[in-house]
Amino acid sequence: MFELFGISSQALFGQLLIGLINGSFYALLSLGLAVIFGMLNIINFTHGAQYMLGAFTAYFLLQYAGLGYWWAILLAPLIVGITGIIVERLFLQWLYRLDHLYGLLLTFGLALIFEGTFRNCFGSSGQPYSVPPALQGGQNLGFMFLPNYRAWVVVFSLAVCLTTWFVIERTKLGSYLRAATENPTLVRAFGINVPRMITLTYGFGVALAALAGVMAAPIYNVSPQMGANLIIVVFAVVVIGGMGSIMGAIVTGFGLGIIEGLTKVFFPEASNTVIFIIMAIVLLIRPAGLFGRAA
Amino acid sequence: MQRVAQATGDHAVRARSEAIAFVIMACALVIAPMFAYPVFLMKALCFALFACAFNLLIGYVGLLSFGHALFFGWASYVGAHAAKVWGFPPELAILSGTATGAGLGAIVGALAIRRQGIYFAMITLALAQMMYFFAIQAPFTHGEDGIQAVPRGKLFGLIDLANQTNMYVTVLVIFLGCFLLIYRIINSPFGEVLKAIRENEARAVSLGYRTERYKLVAFVLSATFAGVAGATKALVFQLASLTDVDWPMSGEVILMTLVGGLGTLFGPVVGAFFMVTLENYLTTIGQWVFVVQGVIFVVCVLLFRRGIVGELAQILRVKL
Repeated sequence: MFELFGISSQALFGQLLIGLINGSFYALLSLGLAVIFGMLNIINFTHGAQYMLGAFTAYFLLQYAGLGYWWAILLAPLIVGITGIIVERLFLQWLYRLDHLYGLLLTFGLALIFEGTFRNCFGSSGQPYSVPPALQGGQNLGFMFLPNYRAWVVVFSLAVCLTTWFVIERTKLGSYLRAATENPTLVRAFGINVPRMITLTYGFGVALAALAGVMAAPIYNVSPQMGANLIIVVFAVVVIGGMGSIMGAIVTGFGLGIIEGLTKVFFPEASNTVIFIIMAIVLLIRPAGLFGRAA
Repeated sequence: MQRVAQATGDHAVRARSEAIAFVIMACALVIAPMFAYPVFLMKALCFALFACAFNLLIGYVGLLSFGHALFFGWASYVGAHAAKVWGFPPELAILSGTATGAGLGAIVGALAIRRQGIYFAMITLALAQMMYFFAIQAPFTHGEDGIQAVPRGKLFGLIDLANQTNMYVTVLVIFLGCFLLIYRIINSPFGEVLKAIRENEARAVSLGYRTERYKLVAFVLSATFAGVAGATKALVFQLASLTDVDWPMSGEVILMTLVGGLGTLFGPVVGAFFMVTLENYLTTIGQWVFVVQGVIFVVCVLLFRRGIVGELAQILRVKL
């Protein structure tokens, strides 16, 4: 361990690691928002609540079914994704021809319902969720102590992000998706079932949020309002990155997480607000966002 | 020629229905203290003004601000601070809150109108959240406690506002004054340009209007009226707290306007009274209030997009 600018390397790299972890959640969530917006033209305000639902599903699986972390990371996104599909069929599908703002208002209402219900049933305090045995402990890297679980979160979410990017940008399925985003009517004329694709896209975006929730469960406690404040930060991330590009969402997410972590070390007072300040600056310099195309 | 005649005829009918509705509303509010608690009515009036300010933006320019609590809450902080610490009389306290709303509106508006549609909502929400964190950290807001025991003072040095009736009349005059001002703005040539932007911004640009300036002015006006509402509320409750700057408050004002009817003149007032009454009855169920609000959001968006006043206007075939 050594010192840098009067700050111990443990503190610096520790915060940097937390920044990376937050960044992976930002990336996963803004990725989901971007994919959903591309297909549904809806900004999914429920995304934060669905992230919370992912964490709670993991908690329920452990409490009532005795299924641990590895099952949860597989099942929770699936279960929450299916609830997403139900939400899309029940509510969202009626809004596609209306102004964008109705989608935002409806998903905001759904977020209030989910978060309010869980707060009534589980209170405001968090439920603990322990790190899986295989990932307990950590490595001493000389300049910092690296907990295994945190390293896993960063590596795994990066892998998920890059896989998503690969599927959307480089495969046949992804090309259908991109084509349907550009011109759904034409793609339908080619005999592709666009409405089903829209439903599955929403389910997939929601599953990404739930996956982030499962990964967050051992780091932060499982609490009903874990998603409420996060989603607003993710909105700022989306404004900074622009929703035009998948890679843009990933890079912006991780980058802003790191910047936020560094702010915690050097200027802790601003750590809550730094992302919003960056958003204001980006709006002044590049109103379309760093990776966005002008509308 | 015939169409012009018909248009002016419509306009006359509309002005008449709106004038009648205004007189009914004003009379109802004058006699209301005989039937309901003045504090309850004043709360509803402050929220009604807040919702009218919000509706100016979404109903007539088509801009959804998800951060209006920012102007409401900060105006209430500055108004309360001015009255309590600086010893300002109530009229100056409300004015300083109003100026806060206008100033913040100019800054936030200038940033937010750089993007359209859905991004506009996200930007206003994010900036409001930023100012919420500032409100937590700033020493003068007293964090979780808020600014308590704000003196109501004497209006113009004469009228003692500690008297509940005096306070009610003051709030009522402020509300009706601002309501008429908003009505005037909506029906001015400026207001017509705003509606043109709402209907088709590209076409308004092609007609030579600098739409971003119009949008900015509308945003500042909306924030200013929200400021009046916030500062007045601080005096009524003698309290300014974090609740007023937090995002659920932004959601609440959207809900009030949606329930009453987006883009209708009286909708926000009806919506505000509806929601405040509902919450009054629901205080016993605690946190379930959020769930109820969420359900109302979903129902309104799916089945009831015109809102109470919008539906009423449809049935009566008048403009309200």
